[in-house]
Amino acid sequence: MSRFVLGDTVQVRQAYPPGHLRTPTFIRGKRGVVEASPGIFANPEELAYGRPGTPKQPLYRVRFLQSEVWSDYTGPTSDTIMVDIYEHWLIPDGPPS
Amino acid sequence: MTKHHRHPNQPDIEDTPFTRFQVMTEALIELLMEKKVFSAKEFRIQLEKMDAKSPADGAKMVARAWIDPEYKIRMIADVNLAAQELSLDAGHIPIQVLENTPEIHNVIVCTLCSCYPRMLIGLPPDWYKSRAYRSRTVREPRIVLAEFGTEIPNDVEVRVHDATADLRYMVLPMRPPGTEGLSEDTLATLVTRDSLIGVSLAMPLDLDNGQLENKEEI
Repeated sequence: MSRFVLGDTVQVRQAYPPGHLRTPTFIRGKRGVVEASPGIFANPEELAYGRPGTPKQPLYRVRFLQSEVWSDYTGPTSDTIMVDIYEHWLIPDGPPS
Repeated sequence: MTKHHRHPNQPDIEDTPFTRFQVMTEALIELLMEKKVFSAKEFRIQLEKMDAKSPADGAKMVARAWIDPEYKIRMIADVNLAAQELSLDAGHIPIQVLENTPEIHNVIVCTLCSCYPRMLIGLPPDWYKSRAYRSRTVREPRIVLAEFGTEIPNDVEVRVHDATADLRYMVLPMRPPGTEGLSEDTLATLVTRDSLIGVSLAMPLDLDNGQLENKEEI
């Protein structure tokens, strides 16, 4: 069961655990909107250590506003970045303030 | 002519230090061959096959999508399946197509490593794997695009796609104006590798680059 649906506002966990991670540092703590949920995949952060990658993780394509990701972003406020994030890295969030 | 003009010695491959990962890779290959998982010949054939992949496959799909709106819909729904329709092998890793529109310009990057839709557009160029491209494309995409000679107007959203997980991405560039009536094969020559990455647009028709030999088809 996927925890989030399209259009949900989510926040990326601001965590810095050791190990093989697939959530880029620059996006941690940022708020975005779920744009697509392309499927459920074995967790690569587990696979990297020869483990079976369970529990499998729903993957989300999350869209962020560049101007919210980078405080000094110089392009138009409509520019966006999409990052693929596994569910265990996301927490629910209200609409961005 | 100077008699003693000499170029400095260029290092051979063996002159740079063997990294830990290269040692592990070599060891793993040797082990797999020893255990007869694959032979040296099979290994070579597979490498040759991977190296032979080129942007031509992706370009073929884009050209078809430009002339066949129904195909475009199927391609956006499932690139891997749409590849099969043209007898192309897109592999098992799911690829998603990102359609450029008058409102959105897409560009791909993998900030963590070098994820790339190799099965459809071949091996990534060295700059795609560079730290500069990976770090700057997410942070200042318009400046990076401008350095590639690609100016995106401010009323067009630049959408960066960071391929960090299980999917790969390929950009579907917009069909250049003035290309009505061109054959599918000629259209495919306008679809360059860089336009499939999103650092450029598809080749415009007004460039004198040898692409226009088939112009009589118009």
